Amino acid sequence: MTDLNKMTLADARNNLRAGEITSVELTEACLDAVDAADALNAFVHNTPELALEQAQAADARIAEGDAPSMCGLPLGIKDLFCTKGVPSQAASAILNGFKPEYESTVSQNLFDAGAVMLGKLNMDEFAMGSSNETSVYGDVVNPWRRENETTPLTPGGSSGGSASAVAADLCLAATGTDTGGSIRQPAAFAGITGIKPTYGRCSRWGIIAFASSLDQAGPMTKTVRDSAIMLEAMCGHDAKDSTSADIPVPNFEAMLTGDIRGKVIGIPKEYRMDGMPAEIENLWADGTAMLKDAGAEIRDITLPHTKYALPAYYVIAPAEASSNLARYDGVRYGHRATLEAGDGITEMYEKTRAEGFGPEVQRRVMIGTYVLSAGFYDAYYNRARRVRALIKKDFEDVFAAGVDAILTPATPSAAFGLGEMADADPVQMYLNDVFTVTVNLAGLPGIAIPAGLDKQGLPLGLQLIGKPWEEGDLLNTAYALENAAGYVAKPQKWW
Amino acid sequence: MSIDQNTAAKVAKLARIKVEDDALPALAQEFNNILGFIEQLNEVDVEGVEPMTSVTPMRLKRREDVVTDGGMAKTVMSNAPDAREGFFAVPKVVE
Repeated sequence: MTDLNKMTLADARNNLRAGEITSVELTEACLDAVDAADALNAFVHNTPELALEQAQAADARIAEGDAPSMCGLPLGIKDLFCTKGVPSQAASAILNGFKPEYESTVSQNLFDAGAVMLGKLNMDEFAMGSSNETSVYGDVVNPWRRENETTPLTPGGSSGGSASAVAADLCLAATGTDTGGSIRQPAAFAGITGIKPTYGRCSRWGIIAFASSLDQAGPMTKTVRDSAIMLEAMCGHDAKDSTSADIPVPNFEAMLTGDIRGKVIGIPKEYRMDGMPAEIENLWADGTAMLKDAGAEIRDITLPHTKYALPAYYVIAPAEASSNLARYDGVRYGHRATLEAGDGITEMYEKTRAEGFGPEVQRRVMIGTYVLSAGFYDAYYNRARRVRALIKKDFEDVFAAGVDAILTPATPSAAFGLGEMADADPVQMYLNDVFTVTVNLAGLPGIAIPAGLDKQGLPLGLQLIGKPWEEGDLLNTAYALENAAGYVAKPQKWW
Repeated sequence: MSIDQNTAAKVAKLARIKVEDDALPALAQEFNNILGFIEQLNEVDVEGVEPMTSVTPMRLKRREDVVTDGGMAKTVMSNAPDAREGFFAVPKVVE
Protein backbone atom coordinates (compact mmCIF):
# COMPACT_ATOMS: atom_id res chain seq x y z
CA MET A 1 0.00 0.00 0.00
CA THR A 2 1.37 3.43 -0.90
CA ASP A 3 1.05 6.82 0.70
CA LEU A 4 0.18 5.48 4.14
CA ASN A 5 1.07 8.89 5.58
CA LYS A 6 -1.91 10.39 3.74
CA MET A 7 -4.41 8.34 5.73
CA THR A 8 -6.83 9.75 8.25
CA LEU A 9 -6.64 8.54 11.84
CA ALA A 10 -9.92 6.67 11.39
CA ASP A 11 -8.83 4.83 8.22
CA ALA A 12 -5.41 3.98 9.63
CA ARG A 13 -6.97 2.74 12.86
CA ASN A 14 -9.41 0.52 10.97
CA ASN A 15 -6.67 -0.83 8.70
CA LEU A 16 -4.39 -1.51 11.66
CA ARG A 17 -7.10 -3.37 13.51
CA ALA A 18 -7.94 -5.38 10.40
CA GLY A 19 -4.28 -6.33 10.03
CA GLU A 20 -4.05 -4.70 6.58
CA ILE A 21 -1.10 -2.54 7.63
CA THR A 22 1.30 -2.33 10.56
CA SER A 23 2.13 0.64 12.70
CA VAL A 24 5.80 0.23 11.75
CA GLU A 25 4.91 0.60 8.05
CA LEU A 26 2.72 3.59 8.80
CA THR A 27 5.37 5.19 10.99
CA GLU A 28 8.13 4.62 8.42
CA ALA A 29 5.98 6.26 5.74
CA CYS A 30 5.54 9.31 7.96
CA LEU A 31 9.23 9.45 8.91
CA ASP A 32 10.12 9.42 5.19
CA ALA A 33 7.63 12.23 4.57
CA VAL A 34 9.13 14.21 7.46
CA ASP A 35 12.67 13.71 6.12
CA ALA A 36 11.62 14.97 2.70
CA ALA A 37 9.91 18.09 4.05
CA ASP A 38 12.75 20.16 5.51
CA ALA A 39 11.56 23.07 3.34
CA LEU A 40 8.44 23.38 5.50
CA ASN A 41 10.45 23.58 8.76
CA ALA A 42 7.51 22.01 10.60
CA PHE A 43 9.35 19.31 12.58
CA VAL A 44 12.15 20.69 14.74
CA HIS A 45 13.16 17.78 16.98
CA ASN A 46 12.71 14.41 15.28
CA THR A 47 12.37 11.27 17.37
CA PRO A 48 12.52 8.43 14.81
CA GLU A 49 13.96 5.88 17.23
CA LEU A 50 11.29 6.51 19.82
CA ALA A 51 8.66 6.43 17.07
CA LEU A 52 9.72 3.03 15.78
CA GLU A 53 9.95 1.65 19.31
CA GLN A 54 6.41 2.88 20.03
CA ALA A 55 5.21 1.53 16.66
CA GLN A 56 6.60 -1.93 17.43
CA ALA A 57 4.94 -1.88 20.83
CA ALA A 58 1.67 -0.82 19.19
CA ASP A 59 1.88 -3.64 16.67
CA ALA A 60 2.40 -6.08 19.52
CA ARG A 61 -0.64 -4.70 21.35
CA ILE A 62 -2.79 -4.93 18.24
CA ALA A 63 -1.63 -8.52 17.66
CA GLU A 64 -2.80 -9.34 21.18
CA GLY A 65 -6.20 -7.83 20.44
CA ASP A 66 -5.57 -4.83 22.71
CA ALA A 67 -5.93 -1.86 20.39
CA PRO A 68 -6.97 1.34 22.18
CA SER A 69 -8.24 4.30 20.17
CA MET A 70 -4.91 5.79 19.06
CA CYS A 71 -2.96 2.54 18.89
CA GLY A 72 -0.14 2.73 16.38
CA LEU A 73 -1.13 6.15 14.98
CA PRO A 74 1.85 8.49 14.29
CA LEU A 75 1.48 12.05 15.55
CA GLY A 76 3.47 15.27 15.75
CA ILE A 77 3.61 16.98 19.14
CA LYS A 78 3.78 20.75 19.46
CA ASP A 79 7.01 21.91 21.10
CA LEU A 80 4.95 23.48 23.93
CA PHE A 81 4.28 20.02 25.40
CA CYS A 82 6.92 18.69 27.77
CA THR A 83 7.98 15.27 26.54
CA LYS A 84 10.27 13.22 28.74
CA GLY A 85 13.88 13.18 27.59
CA VAL A 86 13.02 14.98 24.33
CA PRO A 87 13.84 18.68 23.82
CA SER A 88 10.83 20.82 24.73
CA GLN A 89 11.57 24.49 24.44
CA ALA A 90 8.42 26.34 23.34
CA ALA A 91 10.42 27.51 20.31
CA SER A 92 12.38 29.80 22.62
CA ALA A 93 16.12 30.30 23.03
CA ILE A 94 15.58 30.62 26.76
CA LEU A 95 14.77 26.91 26.98
CA ASN A 96 17.69 25.88 24.81
CA GLY A 97 18.78 22.38 25.75
CA PHE A 98 15.87 21.80 28.12
CA LYS A 99 14.90 18.13 28.33
CA PRO A 100 11.99 17.56 30.70
CA GLU A 101 12.24 14.84 33.30
CA TYR A 102 8.50 14.30 32.99
CA GLU A 103 5.74 13.85 30.42
CA SER A 104 2.81 16.24 29.96
CA THR A 105 -0.53 14.70 30.87
CA VAL A 106 -1.95 15.15 27.36
CA SER A 107 1.00 13.47 25.63
CA GLN A 108 0.96 10.73 28.29
CA ASN A 109 -2.77 10.20 27.65
CA LEU A 110 -2.05 9.86 23.94
CA PHE A 111 0.79 7.41 24.57
CA ASP A 112 -1.42 5.40 26.92
CA ALA A 113 -3.92 5.23 24.06
CA GLY A 114 -1.15 3.76 21.90
CA ALA A 115 -0.07 6.82 19.88
CA VAL A 116 3.36 7.11 18.26
CA MET A 117 5.38 10.37 18.46
CA LEU A 118 7.34 11.30 15.33
CA GLY A 119 8.86 14.42 16.86
CA LYS A 120 8.27 17.94 18.08
CA LEU A 121 6.63 20.61 15.99
CA ASN A 122 7.59 24.21 15.38
CA MET A 123 5.45 27.04 16.76
CA ASP A 124 5.57 30.72 17.67
CA GLU A 125 7.81 31.40 20.66
CA PHE A 126 5.82 30.63 23.83
CA ALA A 127 2.75 30.41 21.56
CA MET A 128 2.84 34.20 21.11
CA GLY A 129 2.15 34.92 17.48
CA SER A 130 -0.25 34.39 14.62
CA SER A 131 2.16 33.62 11.77
CA ASN A 132 4.84 31.31 13.19
CA GLU A 133 7.45 33.99 12.57
CA THR A 134 8.53 34.43 16.21
CA SER A 135 10.09 30.95 16.55
CA VAL A 136 13.75 30.48 17.46
CA TYR A 137 13.76 27.65 14.90
CA GLY A 138 12.75 30.02 12.08
CA ASP A 139 9.51 30.41 10.13
CA VAL A 140 7.26 27.49 9.27
CA VAL A 141 6.14 27.44 5.63
CA ASN A 142 2.57 26.62 4.64
CA PRO A 143 2.38 23.74 2.13
CA TRP A 144 -0.28 25.80 0.35
CA ARG A 145 0.77 28.36 -2.26
CA ARG A 146 -1.25 30.88 -4.23
CA GLU A 147 -1.99 29.68 -7.74
CA ASN A 148 0.96 30.18 -10.11
CA GLU A 149 3.06 31.71 -7.34
CA THR A 150 5.96 30.50 -5.23
CA THR A 151 5.67 33.15 -2.48
CA PRO A 152 6.12 31.34 0.85
CA LEU A 153 2.98 31.73 2.96
CA THR A 154 2.49 31.54 6.70
CA PRO A 155 0.69 28.49 8.10
CA GLY A 156 -0.66 30.78 10.82
CA GLY A 157 0.21 30.49 14.47
CA SER A 158 0.97 29.71 17.05
CA SER A 159 0.44 26.01 16.16
CA GLY A 160 1.92 26.63 12.69
CA GLY A 161 4.17 23.57 12.65
CA SER A 162 1.20 21.38 13.58
CA ALA A 163 -0.95 22.85 10.80
CA SER A 164 1.77 22.59 8.17
CA ALA A 165 2.69 19.02 9.14
CA VAL A 166 -0.89 17.75 9.04
CA ALA A 167 -1.75 19.56 5.79
CA ALA A 168 1.40 18.17 4.15
CA ASP A 169 0.68 14.61 5.38
CA LEU A 170 3.89 14.41 7.43
CA CYS A 171 1.86 12.95 10.28
CA LEU A 172 -1.71 11.70 10.61
CA ALA A 173 -2.57 14.37 13.17
CA ALA A 174 -0.90 16.70 15.65
CA THR A 175 -1.43 18.30 19.02
CA GLY A 176 -1.95 22.04 19.20
CA THR A 177 -2.67 24.56 21.90
CA ASP A 178 -4.99 27.54 21.72
CA THR A 179 -4.81 30.66 23.90
CA GLY A 180 -6.42 33.16 21.51
CA GLY A 181 -6.95 31.12 18.34
CA SER A 182 -3.68 29.22 18.01
CA ILE A 183 -5.35 25.97 16.91
CA ARG A 184 -8.22 27.38 14.87
CA GLN A 185 -6.44 30.13 12.90
CA PRO A 186 -3.60 27.88 11.63
CA ALA A 187 -6.10 25.08 10.92
CA ALA A 188 -8.04 27.52 8.72
CA PHE A 189 -4.86 28.75 6.98
CA ALA A 190 -3.77 25.19 6.18
CA GLY A 191 -7.12 23.69 5.23
CA ILE A 192 -7.38 21.26 8.15
CA THR A 193 -9.66 20.78 11.18
CA GLY A 194 -8.80 21.91 14.70
CA ILE A 195 -10.81 22.02 17.90
CA LYS A 196 -10.17 23.90 21.12
CA PRO A 197 -12.23 22.18 23.81
CA THR A 198 -13.93 23.78 26.80
CA TYR A 199 -11.48 25.27 29.30
CA GLY A 200 -10.72 22.45 31.75
CA ARG A 201 -11.29 19.52 29.34
CA CYS A 202 -7.60 18.89 28.72
CA SER A 203 -5.11 18.98 31.53
CA ARG A 204 -2.61 21.81 31.23
CA TRP A 205 -0.05 19.93 33.32
CA GLY A 206 3.28 19.76 31.52
CA ILE A 207 2.24 22.21 28.82
CA ILE A 208 4.57 25.20 28.98
CA ALA A 209 2.32 27.98 30.27
CA PHE A 210 1.49 31.17 28.36
CA ALA A 211 -1.79 32.52 29.82
CA SER A 212 -3.12 29.94 32.22
CA SER A 213 -6.75 31.11 32.31
CA LEU A 214 -6.97 30.85 28.50
CA ASP A 215 -4.63 28.00 27.45
CA GLN A 216 -6.20 24.75 26.21
CA ALA A 217 -4.77 21.87 24.21
CA GLY A 218 -6.62 20.27 21.33
CA PRO A 219 -6.17 18.09 18.24
CA MET A 220 -5.35 19.26 14.70
CA THR A 221 -6.50 16.68 12.20
CA LYS A 222 -7.57 15.97 8.62
CA THR A 223 -11.26 15.42 9.41
CA VAL A 224 -13.89 16.08 12.07
CA ARG A 225 -14.06 12.35 12.84
CA ASP A 226 -10.32 12.35 13.52
CA SER A 227 -10.73 15.33 15.85
CA ALA A 228 -13.42 13.42 17.76
CA ILE A 229 -11.19 10.36 18.13
CA MET A 230 -8.09 12.26 19.19
CA LEU A 231 -9.83 14.76 21.47
CA GLU A 232 -11.35 11.93 23.48
CA ALA A 233 -7.90 10.42 23.96
CA MET A 234 -6.42 13.77 25.07
CA CYS A 235 -9.14 14.74 27.58
CA GLY A 236 -9.84 13.66 31.09
CA HIS A 237 -9.55 14.73 34.68
CA ASP A 238 -6.05 15.17 36.06
CA ALA A 239 -5.34 15.76 39.71
CA LYS A 240 -2.14 17.57 38.70
CA ASP A 241 -4.13 20.45 37.14
CA SER A 242 -6.47 22.08 39.65
CA THR A 243 -8.54 23.58 36.80
CA SER A 244 -9.02 20.21 35.10
CA ALA A 245 -12.70 19.26 35.06
CA ASP A 246 -13.73 16.12 36.90
CA ILE A 247 -16.55 15.17 34.57
CA PRO A 248 -16.90 12.15 32.29
CA VAL A 249 -15.52 12.31 28.75
CA PRO A 250 -18.12 11.02 26.30
CA ASN A 251 -17.39 8.89 23.25
CA PHE A 252 -17.26 11.83 20.86
CA GLU A 253 -16.97 9.69 17.74
CA ALA A 254 -20.19 7.87 18.58
CA MET A 255 -21.97 11.23 18.63
CA LEU A 256 -21.20 11.90 14.94
CA THR A 257 -24.57 11.13 13.42
CA GLY A 258 -24.60 14.07 11.02
CA ASP A 259 -28.19 14.72 12.08
CA ILE A 260 -28.61 18.35 13.11
CA ARG A 261 -32.32 18.72 12.41
CA GLY A 262 -33.91 21.20 14.79
CA LYS A 263 -30.58 22.55 16.09
CA VAL A 264 -30.49 26.32 16.41
CA ILE A 265 -27.45 27.98 14.82
CA GLY A 266 -26.72 31.59 15.77
CA ILE A 267 -25.22 34.06 13.30
CA PRO A 268 -23.67 36.95 15.26
CA LYS A 269 -23.95 40.27 13.48
CA GLU A 270 -20.88 41.66 15.26
CA TYR A 271 -18.64 39.25 13.32
CA ARG A 272 -19.47 41.06 10.09
CA MET A 273 -16.45 43.35 10.01
CA ASP A 274 -15.75 46.42 7.92
CA GLY A 275 -13.35 45.58 5.15
CA MET A 276 -13.93 41.83 5.40
CA PRO A 277 -13.11 40.21 2.03
CA ALA A 278 -16.21 39.30 0.01
CA GLU A 279 -14.95 35.72 -0.23
CA ILE A 280 -15.07 35.31 3.54
CA GLU A 281 -18.51 36.88 3.62
CA ASN A 282 -19.70 34.48 0.89
CA LEU A 283 -18.17 31.46 2.59
CA TRP A 284 -20.00 32.35 5.77
CA ALA A 285 -23.28 32.72 3.88
CA ASP A 286 -22.68 29.39 2.12
CA GLY A 287 -21.98 27.67 5.43
CA THR A 288 -25.16 29.14 6.89
CA ALA A 289 -27.16 27.83 3.92
CA MET A 290 -25.61 24.37 4.28
CA LEU A 291 -26.59 24.12 7.93
CA LYS A 292 -30.10 25.30 7.05
CA ASP A 293 -30.36 22.69 4.30
CA ALA A 294 -29.29 20.07 6.82
CA GLY A 295 -32.33 20.96 8.89
CA ALA A 296 -30.97 23.48 11.37
CA GLU A 297 -32.82 26.64 12.30
CA ILE A 298 -30.79 29.78 11.55
CA ARG A 299 -31.15 32.67 13.96
CA ASP A 300 -29.59 36.14 13.88
CA ILE A 301 -28.00 36.86 17.24
CA THR A 302 -26.05 39.62 18.91
CA LEU A 303 -22.88 39.35 21.00
CA PRO A 304 -22.58 43.02 21.87
CA HIS A 305 -19.16 43.04 23.54
CA THR A 306 -17.33 41.26 20.70
CA LYS A 307 -15.43 44.42 19.75
CA TYR A 308 -13.78 44.53 23.17
CA ALA A 309 -12.52 40.94 23.16
CA LEU A 310 -9.15 41.64 21.53
CA PRO A 311 -8.27 44.64 23.73
CA ALA A 312 -9.31 42.64 26.83
CA TYR A 313 -7.23 39.72 25.63
CA TYR A 314 -4.19 41.96 25.15
CA VAL A 315 -4.38 42.93 28.81
CA ILE A 316 -5.19 39.54 30.33
CA ALA A 317 -2.88 37.31 28.24
CA PRO A 318 0.25 39.50 28.66
CA ALA A 319 -0.52 39.94 32.37
CA GLU A 320 -0.64 36.18 32.88
CA ALA A 321 2.38 35.70 30.63
CA SER A 322 4.48 38.19 32.59
CA SER A 323 3.72 36.18 35.70
CA ASN A 324 4.19 32.74 34.11
CA LEU A 325 7.41 33.66 32.33
CA ALA A 326 8.99 35.09 35.48
CA ARG A 327 10.27 31.54 36.06
CA TYR A 328 12.82 31.88 33.24
CA ASP A 329 15.59 33.43 35.28
CA GLY A 330 18.64 31.41 34.26
CA VAL A 331 18.76 29.52 37.56
CA ARG A 332 16.87 26.23 37.31
CA TYR A 333 16.78 25.38 33.61
CA GLY A 334 17.49 26.67 30.15
CA HIS A 335 19.73 29.49 29.06
CA ARG A 336 21.90 31.61 31.36
CA ALA A 337 23.77 34.63 29.98
CA THR A 338 27.55 34.77 30.24
CA LEU A 339 28.30 37.31 32.92
CA GLU A 340 31.00 39.91 33.18
CA ALA A 341 33.19 40.49 36.22
CA GLY A 342 31.19 42.32 38.85
CA ASP A 343 27.77 41.28 37.50
CA GLY A 344 25.37 40.34 40.27
CA ILE A 345 22.18 38.33 40.26
CA THR A 346 20.06 41.19 38.85
CA GLU A 347 22.37 41.51 35.86
CA MET A 348 22.15 37.75 35.44
CA TYR A 349 18.35 37.90 35.29
CA GLU A 350 18.27 40.90 32.97
CA LYS A 351 20.87 39.67 30.52
CA THR A 352 19.51 36.11 30.50
CA ARG A 353 15.98 37.27 29.72
CA ALA A 354 17.13 39.83 27.12
CA GLU A 355 19.12 37.14 25.31
CA GLY A 356 16.63 34.31 25.77
CA PHE A 357 13.31 35.97 24.89
CA GLY A 358 12.58 37.16 21.35
CA PRO A 359 11.12 40.62 20.66
CA GLU A 360 7.41 39.64 20.71
CA VAL A 361 7.78 37.74 23.99
CA GLN A 362 9.70 40.64 25.55
CA ARG A 363 7.01 43.05 24.36
CA ARG A 364 4.20 41.01 25.89
CA VAL A 365 6.01 40.35 29.16
CA MET A 366 6.64 44.08 29.54
CA ILE A 367 3.06 45.05 28.61
CA GLY A 368 1.90 42.52 31.19
CA THR A 369 4.27 43.93 33.77
CA TYR A 370 2.95 47.43 33.08
CA VAL A 371 -0.77 46.57 33.33
CA LEU A 372 -0.13 44.74 36.61
CA SER A 373 2.07 47.45 38.12
CA ALA A 374 1.01 49.59 41.04
CA GLY A 375 -1.38 52.33 39.98
CA PHE A 376 -2.49 50.62 36.75
CA TYR A 377 -3.81 47.30 38.03
CA ASP A 378 -7.37 48.56 38.41
CA ALA A 379 -7.41 50.71 35.30
CA TYR A 380 -6.17 47.93 33.00
CA TYR A 381 -6.16 44.47 34.51
CA ASN A 382 -9.31 44.62 36.63
CA ARG A 383 -11.19 46.48 33.90
CA ALA A 384 -10.21 43.81 31.36
CA ARG A 385 -11.42 41.07 33.71
CA ARG A 386 -14.75 42.88 34.06
CA VAL A 387 -15.08 43.14 30.29
CA ARG A 388 -14.22 39.45 30.08
CA ALA A 389 -17.15 38.69 32.38
CA LEU A 390 -19.42 40.66 30.01
CA ILE A 391 -18.10 38.80 26.96
CA LYS A 392 -18.86 35.51 28.65
CA LYS A 393 -22.33 36.75 29.57
CA ASP A 394 -23.01 37.61 25.90
CA PHE A 395 -22.59 33.92 25.08
CA GLU A 396 -24.55 32.72 28.11
CA ASP A 397 -27.51 34.90 27.11
CA VAL A 398 -27.51 33.51 23.59
CA PHE A 399 -27.28 29.89 24.74
CA ALA A 400 -29.99 30.49 27.34
CA ALA A 401 -32.24 31.74 24.53
CA GLY A 402 -31.97 28.34 22.84
CA VAL A 403 -28.99 28.65 20.50
CA ASP A 404 -27.04 25.38 20.20
CA ALA A 405 -24.01 26.61 18.26
CA ILE A 406 -22.69 29.75 16.62
CA LEU A 407 -21.28 29.94 13.09
CA THR A 408 -18.59 32.52 12.22
CA PRO A 409 -15.66 32.83 9.83
CA ALA A 410 -12.48 31.35 11.35
CA THR A 411 -10.15 34.13 10.18
CA PRO A 412 -10.49 37.56 8.57
CA SER A 413 -8.34 36.49 5.57
CA ALA A 414 -6.64 33.55 3.89
CA ALA A 415 -2.97 32.78 4.69
CA PHE A 416 -0.71 35.76 4.02
CA GLY A 417 2.90 35.85 2.89
CA LEU A 418 5.73 35.29 5.36
CA GLY A 419 7.30 38.66 6.10
CA GLU A 420 4.30 40.56 4.74
CA MET A 421 3.42 41.82 8.19
CA ALA A 422 7.01 42.57 9.20
CA ASP A 423 6.58 46.34 9.09
CA ALA A 424 3.04 46.33 10.44
CA ASP A 425 2.13 47.51 13.89
CA PRO A 426 1.91 44.54 16.34
CA VAL A 427 -1.78 45.38 16.71
CA GLN A 428 -2.35 44.56 13.01
CA MET A 429 -1.02 41.05 13.62
CA TYR A 430 -3.26 40.71 16.68
CA LEU A 431 -6.33 41.25 14.47
CA ASN A 432 -5.83 37.76 13.02
CA ASP A 433 -7.46 36.40 16.15
CA VAL A 434 -10.49 38.67 16.05
CA PHE A 435 -12.98 35.80 15.46
CA THR A 436 -11.35 33.24 17.73
CA VAL A 437 -10.29 35.13 20.85
CA THR A 438 -13.81 35.57 22.26
CA VAL A 439 -14.04 31.80 22.62
CA ASN A 440 -10.97 31.63 24.87
CA LEU A 441 -12.16 34.53 27.00
CA ALA A 442 -15.49 32.74 27.51
CA GLY A 443 -13.86 29.31 28.03
CA LEU A 444 -16.02 27.73 25.30
CA PRO A 445 -15.28 24.97 22.78
CA GLY A 446 -14.62 26.14 19.22
CA ILE A 447 -13.80 24.23 16.05
CA ALA A 448 -12.43 25.40 12.71
CA ILE A 449 -13.10 23.35 9.60
CA PRO A 450 -12.05 23.97 6.00
CA ALA A 451 -15.01 24.99 3.88
CA GLY A 452 -13.71 26.30 0.56
CA LEU A 453 -10.93 27.91 -1.45
CA ASP A 454 -10.45 31.57 -2.30
CA LYS A 455 -9.87 32.79 -5.85
CA GLN A 456 -6.12 32.30 -5.44
CA GLY A 457 -6.70 28.70 -4.48
CA LEU A 458 -6.05 29.05 -0.73
CA PRO A 459 -8.19 27.32 1.89
CA LEU A 460 -10.70 29.26 3.99
CA GLY A 461 -12.22 28.04 7.23
CA LEU A 462 -15.42 28.42 9.20
CA GLN A 463 -15.69 28.32 12.96
CA LEU A 464 -18.42 26.77 15.07
CA ILE A 465 -18.67 27.74 18.74
CA GLY A 466 -20.48 25.44 21.17
CA LYS A 467 -21.80 25.36 24.70
CA PRO A 468 -19.48 24.50 27.60
CA TRP A 469 -18.79 20.73 27.80
CA GLU A 470 -20.86 20.08 24.68
CA GLU A 471 -17.94 19.18 22.41
CA GLY A 472 -19.81 16.09 21.23
CA ASP A 473 -22.73 18.12 19.94
CA LEU A 474 -20.36 20.71 18.48
CA LEU A 475 -18.36 18.03 16.66
CA ASN A 476 -21.59 16.60 15.26
CA THR A 477 -22.63 20.00 13.89
CA ALA A 478 -19.14 20.39 12.41
CA TYR A 479 -19.49 16.91 10.93
CA ALA A 480 -22.75 17.89 9.22
CA LEU A 481 -21.09 21.05 7.87
CA GLU A 482 -18.06 19.04 6.71
CA ASN A 483 -20.34 16.62 4.83
CA ALA A 484 -22.22 19.47 3.18
CA ALA A 485 -19.12 21.50 2.29
CA GLY A 486 -17.45 18.46 0.71
CA TYR A 487 -14.03 20.04 1.04
CA VAL A 488 -11.36 17.68 -0.32
CA ALA A 489 -8.63 20.01 -1.65
CA LYS A 490 -5.00 19.29 -0.82
CA PRO A 491 -1.89 21.40 -1.42
CA GLN A 492 0.14 20.46 -4.48
CA LYS A 493 3.45 18.98 -3.42
CA TRP A 494 6.38 21.34 -4.15
CA TRP A 495 8.60 20.68 -1.12
CA MET B 1 -2.05 57.80 28.83
CA SER B 2 1.36 58.13 27.23
CA ILE B 3 4.46 56.19 28.14
CA ASP B 4 7.75 58.08 28.03
CA GLN B 5 11.24 56.64 27.91
CA ASN B 6 11.64 56.74 31.66
CA THR B 7 8.49 54.70 32.16
CA ALA B 8 9.61 52.23 29.50
CA ALA B 9 12.95 51.86 31.31
CA LYS B 10 11.14 51.33 34.60
CA VAL B 11 8.90 48.62 33.10
CA ALA B 12 11.91 46.86 31.58
CA LYS B 13 13.58 46.94 34.99
CA LEU B 14 10.48 45.53 36.69
CA ALA B 15 10.31 42.76 34.07
CA ARG B 16 14.05 42.06 34.55
CA ILE B 17 14.77 42.44 30.85
CA LYS B 18 17.85 44.42 29.85
CA VAL B 19 16.96 47.06 27.26
CA GLU B 20 19.75 49.25 25.86
CA ASP B 21 19.18 53.00 26.19
CA ASP B 22 19.05 53.54 22.44
CA ALA B 23 16.19 51.00 22.15
CA LEU B 24 13.98 52.82 24.65
CA PRO B 25 12.30 55.37 22.33
CA ALA B 26 11.08 52.63 19.97
CA LEU B 27 9.94 50.51 22.92
CA ALA B 28 7.99 53.42 24.41
CA GLN B 29 6.33 53.97 21.02
CA GLU B 30 5.31 50.29 20.80
CA PHE B 31 3.85 50.42 24.30
CA ASN B 32 1.86 53.49 23.34
CA ASN B 33 0.45 51.80 20.24
CA ILE B 34 -0.64 48.74 22.18
CA LEU B 35 -1.99 50.72 25.11
CA GLY B 36 -3.85 52.96 22.67
CA PHE B 37 -5.58 49.83 21.38
CA ILE B 38 -6.35 48.70 24.93
CA GLU B 39 -7.83 52.11 25.83
CA GLN B 40 -11.01 51.07 23.96
CA LEU B 41 -11.94 49.18 27.11
CA ASN B 42 -12.74 52.52 28.73
CA GLU B 43 -15.85 52.76 26.51
CA VAL B 44 -17.43 49.76 28.26
CA ASP B 45 -19.79 50.28 31.17
CA VAL B 46 -18.47 47.86 33.78
CA GLU B 47 -20.38 49.32 36.70
CA GLY B 48 -21.37 46.54 39.09
CA VAL B 49 -19.58 43.80 37.11
CA GLU B 50 -17.26 41.59 39.13
CA PRO B 51 -13.83 40.92 37.58
CA MET B 52 -13.76 37.33 36.34
CA THR B 53 -11.61 35.02 38.42
CA SER B 54 -12.53 31.64 36.93
CA VAL B 55 -14.03 31.06 33.51
CA THR B 56 -15.71 27.80 34.51
CA PRO B 57 -17.75 27.91 37.69
CA MET B 58 -16.00 25.24 39.71
CA ARG B 59 -14.58 24.85 43.15
CA LEU B 60 -10.91 24.08 43.05
CA LYS B 61 -10.25 20.57 44.27
CA ARG B 62 -8.53 20.15 47.57
CA ARG B 63 -6.39 17.35 48.82
CA GLU B 64 -4.85 16.41 52.09
CA ASP B 65 -1.90 18.56 53.04
CA VAL B 66 0.66 15.79 52.96
CA VAL B 67 3.93 15.16 51.13
CA THR B 68 3.21 13.14 47.99
CA ASP B 69 6.50 13.36 46.19
CA GLY B 70 10.15 14.15 46.70
CA GLY B 71 13.64 12.75 47.13
CA MET B 72 14.67 13.52 43.57
CA ALA B 73 17.16 16.35 43.90
CA LYS B 74 19.22 15.02 41.02
CA THR B 75 16.24 14.98 38.68
CA VAL B 76 15.24 18.48 39.74
CA MET B 77 18.76 19.79 39.09
CA SER B 78 19.31 17.95 35.82
CA ASN B 79 18.55 20.96 33.60
CA ALA B 80 20.27 23.62 35.72
CA PRO B 81 22.84 25.83 33.95
CA ASP B 82 25.03 25.67 37.07
CA ALA B 83 24.37 23.07 39.76
CA ARG B 84 26.90 22.24 42.43
CA GLU B 85 26.74 19.81 45.32
CA GLY B 86 22.98 19.61 45.19
CA PHE B 87 22.43 23.37 44.94
CA PHE B 88 21.56 25.82 42.18
CA ALA B 89 24.58 28.13 41.90
CA VAL B 90 24.06 31.86 41.25
CA PRO B 91 26.28 34.96 41.45
CA LYS B 92 26.92 36.24 44.96
CA VAL B 93 23.72 37.72 46.42
CA VAL B 94 24.85 38.74 49.91
CA GLU B 95 28.14 40.49 50.67
